[in-house]
Formats: sequence, C-alpha cells, structure tokens
Amino acid sequence: MSRPMTIAEKILAAHAGLDEVVPGQLIECDLDLVLSNDVTAPIAIDECRKITDRVWDPDRVVMVPDHYTPAKDIKSAELSKRVRDFVREQGISHYWEVGKVGIEHALLPEQGVCVPGDLIIGADSHTCTYGALGCFSTGVGSTDAGVGLATGRAWFKVPESIKFEIDGELAPGVSGKDVILHIIGMIGVDGALYKAMEFTGSTIRSMSMDGRMTISNMAIEAGGKAGLIEVDDVTRAYVDPRKERDYVEYHSDPDAVYAAVYHIDATQIEPTVALPHLPSNTRPARACRDIDIDQVVIGSCTNGRIEDMRAAAEVLKGRTVDPRVRCIIIPATQQIERQCIEEGLTQIFLDANCAVSTPTCGPCLGGHMGCLAHGERAVTTTNRNFVGRMGDPTSEVILANPVVAAASAVAGHVALPEDLD
Amino acid sequence: MKFEGNAHRYGRDIDTDVIIPARYLTTTVPEELAKHCLEDLDPSFASKVEPGDILVAEENFGCGSSREHAPISIKAAGVSVVIAKSFARIFYRNSINIGLPIMECAEAVDGIKTGDRVAVDADTGTIKNLTTGEEFHAQPFPPFIQEIIEYGGLIPRTKAKLAKEQQAS
Ligand code: SF4
Repeated sequence: MSRPMTIAEKILAAHAGLDEVVPGQLIECDLDLVLSNDVTAPIAIDECRKITDRVWDPDRVVMVPDHYTPAKDIKSAELSKRVRDFVREQGISHYWEVGKVGIEHALLPEQGVCVPGDLIIGADSHTCTYGALGCFSTGVGSTDAGVGLATGRAWFKVPESIKFEIDGELAPGVSGKDVILHIIGMIGVDGALYKAMEFTGSTIRSMSMDGRMTISNMAIEAGGKAGLIEVDDVTRAYVDPRKERDYVEYHSDPDAVYAAVYHIDATQIEPTVALPHLPSNTRPARACRDIDIDQVVIGSCTNGRIEDMRAAAEVLKGRTVDPRVRCIIIPATQQIERQCIEEGLTQIFLDANCAVSTPTCGPCLGGHMGCLAHGERAVTTTNRNFVGRMGDPTSEVILANPVVAAASAVAGHVALPEDLD
Repeated sequence: MKFEGNAHRYGRDIDTDVIIPARYLTTTVPEELAKHCLEDLDPSFASKVEPGDILVAEENFGCGSSREHAPISIKAAGVSVVIAKSFARIFYRNSINIGLPIMECAEAVDGIKTGDRVAVDADTGTIKNLTTGEEFHAQPFPPFIQEIIEYGGLIPRTKAKLAKEQQAS
C-alpha cells in the first residue's frame, strides 16, 4: 500500500511512473497535453527549435490563437502567423482558426480535448481551469512549454494541497464567481502559493461544470498551482459525450494529508465584487452601489460560458444599458456564440444596446475590443483587476459575477438585479 | 555568480501586468520589452536602471499572468538579480528557466532601501548591503534547481540531458 494521497499527488505520481510522491519532492513527468496561445507560443516555438526540429507529438500539442484575434494590428497578425506557420509545418492537430477558435480555457473542455486525470501544462496562467474536470493542469512560461513541445516532459515540485469544503445552498444570484472571490478574499492573493487547491463539498457537487470551471479558473488568483475538483456524475455527464480519449479518475484518499482544510458555509456567501487593484480586495456588491462605471465586460475564460450568458440575459431582458455605459459581451467560444443566437440571448443583448463580439480574450487583458481610457472604470466578469490590466494605468477594474455585471450595466453603477425596476 | 549594483525596492504583489503591460506583448524582442519594464508601477524605472542593478520586492513578486515576457524584460533591462520575500510560482519557474537569478530572503528585503549599494554572491546565498554593512543569507536552491541554474537555464540543461541519453543508447 502506498501512502494516502490527494488527487494532485496521485496524478503527479502516475505521470512520473512512481507509486507515490510526497509534497516537496521534485519529479519529472510525462505530459498529456502542452498548450500555448498567440502571445506565448511564439517564444515557446523558438525555445523548442533550440532543442529539436519536430514536436514530441503533434496530436498532444494544443495552440489556440485567442488573445489578439481576430488580429488587432500588424504586430499581432505576425504573432498569429508564426503560430499558424508552425502548426502547418508540424502537422499539429489541435489548432483552431478564427471562425472556429474560442478562448482556450473554455474551448479545450468543450471540445473534449482535456479529460479527467490528465497532466497538462499550458503557457497561460489560467490553465488551472481544467482542474474542474479532475485534471492536474497548471500554467507555466514559454520555456517550460517549449521544452514540453520538444520532449513531452516537464519537471514539477509536488505541491501540498489545501482543501476547501464548501457546503450549503447558494442564494439566488450567487454563483461560482462569488464562491471563488470569497475564498480569495479570505486567504489572499498568495494564500495558496505553491499549493494545489482542492474544492469539495455539497455546494460544489450540486454545481454545473460551467460553475466549477469558474472556480478552478481563479485558483491562480490565490497563487494556486492547480484547482482540483473530484470527478463525479456531473463531470462524467459533461465529459463522456465529447471526450477525445479515455480517461482515468483519481479520487483523494479519505486519510490524505492537507496543509490546511477550510470549511465554508455557502449560504453566507453574497454577490461579491473585487475592487481595484487585487482580486483579494473583495466586498459585498451591495456595499459598493455608489461606484459609477463607464464600461461592463461580460466574457473571458472565467465567465464567458453559456450559463454566464444566460444569467446576464435574464437581467438584461427588456432593459437597456445606461447611456453612460458601454456593455461588451463576448461569448467564449463559437459554440457558445451559436447557442446565444439559437436561444435568443443575442437578441436580448442587442435589444439592450450591448456590443456582442466574436470570441476573443480582447479586453480581459487590455488587448483590444474595449480597452479603458484614462481614469475610466469597468465592472467585468474577468479575473484580474491589476493596475492597467484593461487599459490605461489609471483605469480601474472591478471583478463581479455576470448577474452583477449585467445589473451594473443597466444601472450605471455597481448594482444588483433587485436594484433595477 | 557575483553581482553588485544599486537597489530598486518595491512593495508586495507586483504583478506581471505592471512588469510588462499587455499593450507591449505583441513583441517578443527582449530589448523592446526592456524599454517598458515595470512601466505601470514606476514609469521611470527603465530609464534609471543600470546594468547590474538589483530589484528588491516584498511578497508574491511576479504574480498573475504566465507571460515570460516579464522576467525577459527584467533581465534585458540589465537587472542582475531579483531579491524578494516570496515569488509567485510561475514567475519563479520562468526566472530559473531563462537564467534570471532570483533569491528569497525576507530579512534582506527588510534591510535594503532604494539606492543602497548591494553585493550578492548567488553561490553562497550571501547578500551584503554595502551602504549599511549588513549581511543576509538567502535560502539555498534545491540541487535540482541549482543544476538548471548552472546550465544557464532549462533549454541548455534539456539539450545536455538529451545528448547524454543519446550517447548512452
Ligand atoms: S480570457 Fe483573460 S484571463 Fe482568460 S486566457 Fe484570455 S486573457 Fe487570459
């Protein structure tokens, strides 16, 4: 019998060819997928070429041009071209062109590219999103990704795990975003530094995959290396019809050791916002109603999924955006965008005077499609509110769930749906 | 490896968006990135930093995005070593991987002010504030990471390892 282990430890051990691992141990692992995007792939490709002419496995390399696409200017067009040329040269199968592409962390689970039990590195910090499917997936830089492209391997320090047991029913209008903002507010932006976060409890079990992915997505905002959720029937029902490969389920042993265990009463969680300039700077949304805004963005790898679109549409239906506010809605993938049209959500958004965009990261990183000017302020469903994140260094970003974001767009200030007439 | 330079000291949670804002991510040229290093935190940094200078910060340096453009811009700006109370995980990896020396030492951070002259011996982990005469000792790296540093980064280490494996087979 090996020692009792967490999901994180089991996945790492299996991919290192070991029976067991202990936190702190440095190991080299075989990877299931290596991901990069139009910002990080060009450097990763250059690093890979220093080692070899051929990628390790063209079917396990994933390149998603999502940050500056459709190309925002000549320089970003060149970045995408470098990725596209490499993809063609190497015969990389997991690549989506504009017209099919979506934000990577919504796209990969949707397309069945990542499956439970995978060990994935991605040259994008929100690679931790796939933890919601029971993958150990973590963000790395371009050099790690480049070595991954060349060898299919990466080194890891086995992290300690922290368990978050979240129980109870969420109040109406409260969703995964509020749960994770609540946690980040509680433990801070380095509260899970170097550690794997594991989310469990009845609240998580009763949550859809969309909500779970929002939670795992922001593990990095607490410094976490991964944000894992155990595979259950909800996961299987989501993964099975779309999976590209068979998968292995890993479950934490009941006597596995955690660096800390937090118990959270979900009934106490309110619609939460994070004020500038850290995701940990959280407040109840109701306490921030006096904050006026210039822009709302509903989208991103955190909250650009169909459930988020539906939640926003429910608030925006029959209402219009405050004339002082620009409301930009970006479904995270083509499939979600199509669904928005089919379900009549797009019509609601257009009737409410929102700008609806093709899938892109765009404003989330201050790239394009809605950067902020000097002194402007936005409520967004994205994940980071650092200085200058969405544009000018004097602009401000307030993080919120899609319902609060939509209500704020209508009100012209931070608001809850109950504030609207 | 020994370094000596003037210290530039900043606070905690310095994120990669202020180290290199996204508006400059359409280039991968280190010299271009260096021109905008730390621009949204301290617009004068790129013009005042001199080769060999030392960046000092509190907890969680380099949090946020995985963009390797961040440590690349710091290295290309001429910074010889970054000393912080702690580093965000991805930034830590990226720095080791590209051969930007980093050190974790809370006491040194508390004992260094902007403008102090600082000497660092990365091999022994000794940090000396030449202005005040105080000396500090950073945590040594685990041998595995030391090995990557000695090779000059992850790429040279991987190449050397692959060559060795090929020879053996
Ligand atoms: S949506 Fe934002 S956080 Fe997500 S991958 Fe794109 S830029 Fe990064």
